[in-house]
Amino acid sequence: MSADRALRDPLDDSVRDQVEAALAAHQGRPGPLLQVLHEVQNRLGYVPPAAIPIIAEALNLSRADVHGVVTFYHHFRQAPGGRHVIQVCQAESCRAMHCDKLTEHAQRKLGVQLHGTTADGRYTLEPVYCLGNCACSPAVMIDGELHGRVTPDAFDALIAPLS
Amino acid sequence: MNIKVYVPRDAAALSLGAGRVADAIDREAQRRGLQVQLIRNGSRGLFWLEPLVEVATPEGRHAYGPVTVQDVPGLFDAGFLEGKAHPLHLGLTEEIEELKSQQRLTFARVGVIDPVSVDDYIAHGGYVGLKRALAMSPGEIVDAVTQSGLRGRGGAAFPTGIKWKTVLDQPPQQKYVTCNADEGDSGTFADRMLMEGDPLMLIEGMTIAGIAVGATQGYIYLRAEYPHAQRALNEAIAAARASGYLGSNILGSGKQFELEVRLGAGAYICGEETSMLESLEGKRGEVRVRPPLPAIKGLFGRPTIVNNVISLASVPVILAKGAEFYRDFGTGKSRGTIPLQLAGNIKHGGLIERAFGLTLRELIYDYGVGSASGRPIRAVQVGGPLGAYIPESQFDTPIDYEALSAIGALLGHGGVVVFDDTVDMAGMARYAMEFCAIESCGKCTPCRIGSTRGVELMDRVLANIDRERNLQLVEELCDTMLHGSLCGLGGMTPFPVQSALKHFPEDFRKTVQ
Repeated sequence: MSADRALRDPLDDSVRDQVEAALAAHQGRPGPLLQVLHEVQNRLGYVPPAAIPIIAEALNLSRADVHGVVTFYHHFRQAPGGRHVIQVCQAESCRAMHCDKLTEHAQRKLGVQLHGTTADGRYTLEPVYCLGNCACSPAVMIDGELHGRVTPDAFDALIAPLS
Repeated sequence: MNIKVYVPRDAAALSLGAGRVADAIDREAQRRGLQVQLIRNGSRGLFWLEPLVEVATPEGRHAYGPVTVQDVPGLFDAGFLEGKAHPLHLGLTEEIEELKSQQRLTFARVGVIDPVSVDDYIAHGGYVGLKRALAMSPGEIVDAVTQSGLRGRGGAAFPTGIKWKTVLDQPPQQKYVTCNADEGDSGTFADRMLMEGDPLMLIEGMTIAGIAVGATQGYIYLRAEYPHAQRALNEAIAAARASGYLGSNILGSGKQFELEVRLGAGAYICGEETSMLESLEGKRGEVRVRPPLPAIKGLFGRPTIVNNVISLASVPVILAKGAEFYRDFGTGKSRGTIPLQLAGNIKHGGLIERAFGLTLRELIYDYGVGSASGRPIRAVQVGGPLGAYIPESQFDTPIDYEALSAIGALLGHGGVVVFDDTVDMAGMARYAMEFCAIESCGKCTPCRIGSTRGVELMDRVLANIDRERNLQLVEELCDTMLHGSLCGLGGMTPFPVQSALKHFPEDFRKTVQ
């Protein structure tokens, strides 16, 4: 998408405001791109394609450079996620405590596969490779809150209050 | 009079309900009109007892755990504020056997103090090392670290003092101290616990490193999966700065050191030091070709110390108590203590800091008390996703760098993941290849392509398609990845695969249902 076309879309005006605020918070520090992208994602929930040319121009990088960084890191999202992001750990320690079964349960319960977002935009289900809660496996993170020793029943109880 | 009650803010304790327990204690105290001062400490690392609530009494701190919200009114009724009896009462915290038998140097304050209070830190021996360092020459500081025998705790076990010496020897210019806090290995959480439970110790260690090599700027590269550690670090950095322990004139010495936390973005490869430097510069985390070493041309092309959290956090003790004190712990070429992390299918998982030399069996059965499922333990993986699987027959191996290396394993960052007899080792070997494929930075072919081919080969083995020939190809592929990869991700992914093949061949030759 060209920068000109991005500017014509009224939706992108709010994107531009948020991206510029993110740039203002980190520009001027050495090597700020990752921190800018974090700030954009914190503000908008994802890094929209329209943000790329704005960031590239401000940091004197090519759009390819910025795109390359956004796509390299698992954390950055290029499309909006669900209202709740649910991460189920898939790493060895959680495997030893049968996170495969928990993952199957979560997929069934939410009606969505790993990496997917439910049709109603409520949940995004993601794999994650270690939450550092390995003495309390299996671990799940919901909207930044960590949970340990998560059984399928406990998972249901954690999901129940989410709207 | 205010009674001090400790409820951890450690992420793992919170994951088991510590936040709700703290709120409940606060509410119950108010309801009863009692003066309680809640302190949100780190975790003691005894996770089967979390949420662990402690109460300060004249004879010491009494522990209660694991406490649920429902237990709170009963604890008040029983008089837990005076350390009185209750079914959850564990006695004095310091007398809990699993804690008492440890040798905590790096984790001495974790779970004890308020992590973001400079006063509390100093009251428990903090900043003694920095004050000593300020009175020493840079060369003397580096010598002390070298003499201590400290080796990189991130996994590579390279002598820390030699790294520092290389940076010190570079001509004066902008230099950096970077802390690798991208603790991505499954089964490890020591960095996280330390950053949440005693962040000032890491800050002190980095400040000493800066003074030693003439670096004025430090960066902590923290993984995005650790939001609790991010909060603790930022609070602690602000507190240190406000007290004159960071900034342009540290304790009036004229020395300068600044510190910033930078977040990663979910890439395991960024735990590799050159990839971490790329990421700190705001780029794709692609591995750099060495030489040049980061100590010569590191962050932004400048001389840079890259050390793991635990390595840097070990430095204040070495400076405060002397290199000999630290070196007297341990065995052979593995000096000092190692914070081991016991995880996976284990009854008593947690953090055990001991001098090198404890055996795996002692760790798993004396500290861990066997599997969580109650079934026999079949294997442990030591050192994260790139570490070897070790069978029961080798559990008497002492935990030190050389002894593990001698059986084809590695200690890595000290994580030990326990598996019971329901584990499918062929499935774990497939997973090792899959993980490498997901996390490869893509720069070198053996890792980028090899890992994907490895998954495909393992799928054929599991489906019993031309099995023996494909197993032969897996062996050859492992050899190529081992010798042809640019860094440890592609170069060590063969370790779990080969060790699973060697010790558990029967799992690769099961009848397909």
